[in-house]
Amino acid sequence: MTVVFDGIASGLLLFLISVGLSVTLGLMNFVNLAHGSFAMLGGYVCVVLLNRHGVPFLAALPIVTAASALAGVVLERTLYRRLYGASHLDQVLFSIGLVFMSISIAHFFFGAQQQPLQLPPMLSGQFNLPGVDVGVYRLFLIVVGVTIAVALQWMIAGTRFGAELRASVDNPRTARGLGIDVERVFVLTFALGSGLAGLGGALGVEMLGLDPEFPVKYIVYFLIVVAVGGSGNIKGSLYASLIIGICDVAGKYYIPQVGAFVIYAVMVVTLIFRPQGLFGRSAAK
Amino acid sequence: MTTHSIDGFDPGPLRNLARWKRAEYAFWLLPVAAYFALGEQLSLLSQIAITALFALSLDLVLGYAGIVSLGHAAFFGIGAYAAGLMAANGWNDPLAGLLGAALIAAAAGFITSFLVLRGSDLTRLMVTLGVALMLFELANKLTRITGGVDGLQGIEMKPLLGMFSFDLYGKTAYIYSVVVLFVLFWIARRIVHSPFGLSLRGIRLNVQRMPALGAPVNARLVGAYTLGAAYAGIAGALLTQTTQFVSIDVLSFSRSAELLLILVLGGTGSLYGALIGTIVFMTAHHLLSGINPQYWQFWLGMLLVLVVLFARDGVMGGLRALGKRLPGAVK
Repeated sequence: MTVVFDGIASGLLLFLISVGLSVTLGLMNFVNLAHGSFAMLGGYVCVVLLNRHGVPFLAALPIVTAASALAGVVLERTLYRRLYGASHLDQVLFSIGLVFMSISIAHFFFGAQQQPLQLPPMLSGQFNLPGVDVGVYRLFLIVVGVTIAVALQWMIAGTRFGAELRASVDNPRTARGLGIDVERVFVLTFALGSGLAGLGGALGVEMLGLDPEFPVKYIVYFLIVVAVGGSGNIKGSLYASLIIGICDVAGKYYIPQVGAFVIYAVMVVTLIFRPQGLFGRSAAK
Repeated sequence: MTTHSIDGFDPGPLRNLARWKRAEYAFWLLPVAAYFALGEQLSLLSQIAITALFALSLDLVLGYAGIVSLGHAAFFGIGAYAAGLMAANGWNDPLAGLLGAALIAAAAGFITSFLVLRGSDLTRLMVTLGVALMLFELANKLTRITGGVDGLQGIEMKPLLGMFSFDLYGKTAYIYSVVVLFVLFWIARRIVHSPFGLSLRGIRLNVQRMPALGAPVNARLVGAYTLGAAYAGIAGALLTQTTQFVSIDVLSFSRSAELLLILVLGGTGSLYGALIGTIVFMTAHHLLSGINPQYWQFWLGMLLVLVVLFARDGVMGGLRALGKRLPGAVK
């Protein structure tokens, strides 16, 4: 049971970071491999706020989210938007370039070592229920993850902005004709995605660690979530994150010799049988 | 295969394209000149030749067949380990090693090609990436066979053709790499100008039309992917044989990513783009990382972004544009 609990916690963490990728990839059709860099940015901002300025952890989280969202907006305005119409290959190369640059920049400012993060006493420790050891921090992750998942689903399905987003993606020309400011919608969406990635990065310092190689080490996990869940699909990403989280933790717990092999296998098998992902809409080109 | 003659169809222009041009002869004098001019840099030069072969293999897959791969290092790594394991287990004739590595990598390419052909660009990216990562994990975990992170050691090669042993200065290694590169380049050049190569180009330009012309799209793509895998395998085997060591790094993601950069830098779909891209990239790497090893990656990333934004056709595109502007240039 503890394995399942930990798996759910790490799955929800994964969800927080990769949902933004699912949105850019699936809804905006942009292959953004630099997504992990936003998460890394969030992690570093959080560490700096906590360790150098003594900001409390919970207060740091909104600042972190805002900072990565801002970085997302700036990059979207200056660089990303030029490549919306470009081929996938160009987008891949471009975002790999950003990843390389972000790694070097992190190296320059923080060095190669892992960054320490002291959690507030309120969130550390664990308590025992019959059959399960519940880490408080893991529980906190689950609460945050579920809240955000519900909020996002409501936003996409129930608000005017969500409707505008879906319209802009399905048919940008018609959406423009109906008076929707498509560019604004995309900027906001991008900001939301990178903000969530930043938040996930900050929350993940405790579990995933934080060093300059972060974007390369974990981008695969994020891509797997999107690939398995079907892109552009919040529910799909959520289920896929949970599957991956549980498989990963269980795999590492029960058969440590195999390591990360399990989740790669899950991804390849999924893509063989359902190229559009488990919960994908029609195979979006 | 027999060639049918078709009324009113003049294959002349295609034949002209396939003919060797003066600039190409001149290009292949470069490695010979480099041998005499840069005698003390031979190990760097053989690295360049090997990487060029690797880039050539990706050009076959990406530039001609149009398959975007983020995990081409998988085949490079398979070739490297295959050659390394053969040599470590007593089969240490270099040419047999190359052949073995090529066959194994080709088999792997053939099998995975069916996975890769399913789905769109995006799925292909993920599948190629996933396959490469799985192999990396496999090599990482099977420490007893591959040596894991410590790498595969204890590789001894017999003299090449029984006559030329691999010397300390890397002379044999360099000549060996360049000759293999040249032979394989020549074969690749024949292939891309053959009907097979032309049909690949047709598929890349218009997938829907090719079946209507009677070209079996999937079979052609499988063929091209397998061929690319075999080439990458040979490149990997060359690296193993000339350095007598296999590091797990041969399967890494950054190797695949760097390779894409090299190819795009040079320009895809022209074979020479792969070679020129490698020369430019490796030289820049050598010089820049000599100045400041840690931040080399920053400039690499910057270069990548700039190439995508402003110089999409790479060096070959630039040369072609230049050629058009010069009056009376060789077409």
